[in-house]
Amino acid sequence: MRKLLLFTTVILVGLVFIARLFYLQVYSSSAYDIFEDTAIRKEYNYPKRGYVYDRNGELLVANQPSYDVMVIPREVSPMDSLKLLEFCTLLKITKEDYDKKLRRATNYSPRLSSPFVQQLSKTDYAVLQEKMRKFEGFYIQKRSLRSYQTTIGANVLGSIGEVNRTIIGKQPYYRMGDLIGKQGVEKTYENTLRGVKGIKFIQKDRFNKNIGPYKEGIYDTLPKPGKDVTLTIDSELQAYGELLMTHKRGGIIALDPSSGEILAMVSGPSYNPNLLVGRERSRNFSKLYTDTIAKPLFDRGLKAQYPPGSPFKVINALIALQEDVVDTQERFKCRMGYYYGSRKLTGCHHHRSPVAMNDGIAQSCNAYFVNVYRRIIDKYDDAGKGMNIWANHAKSFGLGNFLNNDLSVGSKGRIPDGDYYDRAYGDNRWGSTYIVSNAIGQGEVEATPIQLANMAAAIGNRGYYYTPHIIKEIEGETLDSKYTTPKYTTIDKRHFEPVVQGMFDVYNKGTAATLRVPGIEIAGKTGTAENFMKIDSVTTQLTDHSIFVAFAPKDNPKIAIAVFVENGYWGSRFAGRMASLMIEKYIKGYVTRTDLERWILTHSLENEYAKPYSGEPFKINGETTLQVIDNYAIGNTNQSNIKQ
Amino acid sequence: MLRENQRRFKFDWLTIILFLLLVGFGYLNILSASHVGEITNYFDTSELYGKQLIFIGLTFVLIIFILSFEAKFYERFASIIYMVAILALVGLFIFGKDVNGARSWYGIGSMTIQPSEFAKFATALAVAKYISDLQTNMRTLKDQLRVTAIIFIPALLILLQNDAGSTIVYLAFFFVFYREGLQQVYLIIALSLIILAVVGLKFGVVATAVVATLVILATYLLRRKKRGSIFQYIIVLIISVGFSYGVKLFYEHGLKAHQQNRISLWLRLEKDPAKLERMKKEEAYNLIQSEQAISSGSWTGKGFLQGTRTTGKFVPEQETDYIFSTVGEEWGFLGSSFVVILFVLLIIRVLYLAESQKSQFSRVYGYGVASILFIHFTINTGMVMGLIPTVGIPLPFFSYGGSGLWGFTILLFIFVKLDSNKINEW
Repeated sequence: MRKLLLFTTVILVGLVFIARLFYLQVYSSSAYDIFEDTAIRKEYNYPKRGYVYDRNGELLVANQPSYDVMVIPREVSPMDSLKLLEFCTLLKITKEDYDKKLRRATNYSPRLSSPFVQQLSKTDYAVLQEKMRKFEGFYIQKRSLRSYQTTIGANVLGSIGEVNRTIIGKQPYYRMGDLIGKQGVEKTYENTLRGVKGIKFIQKDRFNKNIGPYKEGIYDTLPKPGKDVTLTIDSELQAYGELLMTHKRGGIIALDPSSGEILAMVSGPSYNPNLLVGRERSRNFSKLYTDTIAKPLFDRGLKAQYPPGSPFKVINALIALQEDVVDTQERFKCRMGYYYGSRKLTGCHHHRSPVAMNDGIAQSCNAYFVNVYRRIIDKYDDAGKGMNIWANHAKSFGLGNFLNNDLSVGSKGRIPDGDYYDRAYGDNRWGSTYIVSNAIGQGEVEATPIQLANMAAAIGNRGYYYTPHIIKEIEGETLDSKYTTPKYTTIDKRHFEPVVQGMFDVYNKGTAATLRVPGIEIAGKTGTAENFMKIDSVTTQLTDHSIFVAFAPKDNPKIAIAVFVENGYWGSRFAGRMASLMIEKYIKGYVTRTDLERWILTHSLENEYAKPYSGEPFKINGETTLQVIDNYAIGNTNQSNIKQ
Repeated sequence: MLRENQRRFKFDWLTIILFLLLVGFGYLNILSASHVGEITNYFDTSELYGKQLIFIGLTFVLIIFILSFEAKFYERFASIIYMVAILALVGLFIFGKDVNGARSWYGIGSMTIQPSEFAKFATALAVAKYISDLQTNMRTLKDQLRVTAIIFIPALLILLQNDAGSTIVYLAFFFVFYREGLQQVYLIIALSLIILAVVGLKFGVVATAVVATLVILATYLLRRKKRGSIFQYIIVLIISVGFSYGVKLFYEHGLKAHQQNRISLWLRLEKDPAKLERMKKEEAYNLIQSEQAISSGSWTGKGFLQGTRTTGKFVPEQETDYIFSTVGEEWGFLGSSFVVILFVLLIIRVLYLAESQKSQFSRVYGYGVASILFIHFTINTGMVMGLIPTVGIPLPFFSYGGSGLWGFTILLFIFVKLDSNKINEW
């Protein structure tokens, strides 16, 4: 018994120790993660973010250095009040700010670094850098911010902003305080532009001093610089488009039909991209974001989905020819509208009657297209089947679905099919007369400006298009084949010529006869779309939207364009003028129709936009008068009232 | 020829192999814990690992020296060796050198010697000598007091030199006394006092009084046949509660602030978060760093010379008292369990050999060796992994330092020599 006391105690102690070691080293210890190891300092080296150029090689976006003070809360040692005061003075923050920021960082993670004070000025950085060593747990991280070399194209270029926890959770590449593309090209080409940051692992000692590279630096990586990208945007045309859009709301999309390259992508109202850089970013962003009336962050060229109106008629003409339900010579009567029995299904404006296809397009005759449309649907015994075949043709122009391209936002638009009406009216409880609005691009059909521009490109190409895209070249990479492979419509090439001629005649003798540009053969189509809005839950009609779709020259087009101006009234009034000017500007490089330009620049729609919010009754369309502004300055495209 | 072979292999090779493994593995960890940057010269005496290599080399000279003496020499000269050790301890008050507030070293040139490391084997020899005396009977109070005096003298001297950790080591001799006939009641009293002290500090005197009353009442009721007078039980109860209260008073007023804090951390007595935060940066700093280093080792460790905390010297004293944290970080659970097993095997081996001795002197001495190694191992390793309050004593054969290594080597190898002589005993 006496012999056993020490013996059993030794065995017992041995077992307890091994159990404790098991608890410490196996049970409660997670797999070794060097990023969690406080003995290893991680130094990030951020690469240069790729530059952005326009199609002519003009630099649009470059970089500028920025310095953030970062904090690792666990390593912060308590400071006496004097030292704290010095630190706060250096950073230009108050003691309360200090506590708040430290709490927030600790809340995120005591072990990982968080930004403490961001984007120091250069002078602050110079002073602070000398003294940083004194403040344990804090260090300065150099980053690169964007420097915009232009004031245009905010919606195209987008901006970069700080990652949030959701992004970090999904993409572990990013760490707190990193910057990521938030909109536009910065977002879609984030991985190309950002490059790959380098990291250095440094062995620290317990006094937080570097004592050398960890394992001779075998895990260190060099930063890989981001690649420069060249956009398809023509910055001159973009700037001109933004100028024309001043004091208006809407979108302009201009494409090169021979490649699908986006030449201009205007959204009005716009803002200066420099507003979203640096310390002012978050304040300006929330100002833009909370402007729910003008919605400057809403890219109308890509996202705004409107009934396309008359330009859609040419699609119906093409489908009718393909389905062989009409020939180009057949005439239809128009009695200021289309009558079904004695019921007037749709109205029309005054023009000579009867009309065949050419005049039907040139004069934008509603009755003609209702006739044609009904023939397409009624060709088959079942209206649903007719509707499906019609929808299929229309969708082959890139309508009714996302374009699947390299733009960060978009809308599907809408091309209704048989199922759609079966759901709305009940199976087979509807016929072609129910849905004649589709014939003239109203009703259930909806499209975005970029879809309409693409539609114009497909017509100009006589039956095919390239997916509209914004990337022209990435340093050392070949372009995705989806941008270089043509997509064919379901309409035979031979059917396009008469339709194109009709669109050409829109300019020659039709609804856009006043918008001709000397020396350029433009084919286009005006459009006017009715516009409703709910004011205090009462659906109220507002002034129509002005729409114009065109391509030029008529043969082998160089530019296809869709212009959409909210509340602009009829098609040739605002949109048509702007389309003509854009086309001339792009093809000739200068503008001869200065009368059109002057008119556009001196006419504002701001009072029109203010009406629904005035709280007073107001008039629309023909009963309104346009607001004329005297002072306009070419070159001042930034109409945002936000101070930088 | 046969006799020659017998003579050569009469030492207990298992003990020697365990010793070599511990020293060898210890050296590797000192290398890891003390190197800065690349190691160019393993014999560089300006570096701790270089010095330790020289200490280890001298250790083998020392072993040969120890083994070459007659076994009887140690028994015969035990008292003189003890006296020399005591004189060396006393001499510290005059010639000693202060290091970290403790006056435990002699400085000889650039070298320092710590006599307390050598006092352990000397005391073990003296205790063995006294107990093995034919006239000694450990069951008598007189001999109990005398033998306690033998360990009390060096313990007191060491305590006066401000080295409380090394003083605690002398409690190891309790195991020796118990083996040699100390009454069981002492064991019960010792255990009771430990429980009373810990429970009293942790849960307060009132709770202790309640529990003690219940336990004593239960004992009284269960012992129907010879329960004796009820007054005895009441006296025991009063003493228990009084002791518990005394411990509390001593904890609050008798201990130095840092000792108090160490116990407070161990029993998790501190509830004020601000003070706790400050303690984490001061008293608990070593412990937290050491636990983190051990934890980060996981199953197999980060590899020899690859520990990030060891390389960064995050654990203060990591080459001496906290060397086990390096083992934990670089060799992981497997490596540190291996070290625990080595120590357990060595102690059990010495115990086994001690029991097989024919002479009482050898047996008592062997027991002393096992007990001292056990106390050092338990307190040091337990402290490094956070099971025991911080007490600064080295891990035998592992911790950096010549005095410690030589002290333990002499302690062990005198026993190896005594053991090798048992065939000559009768």
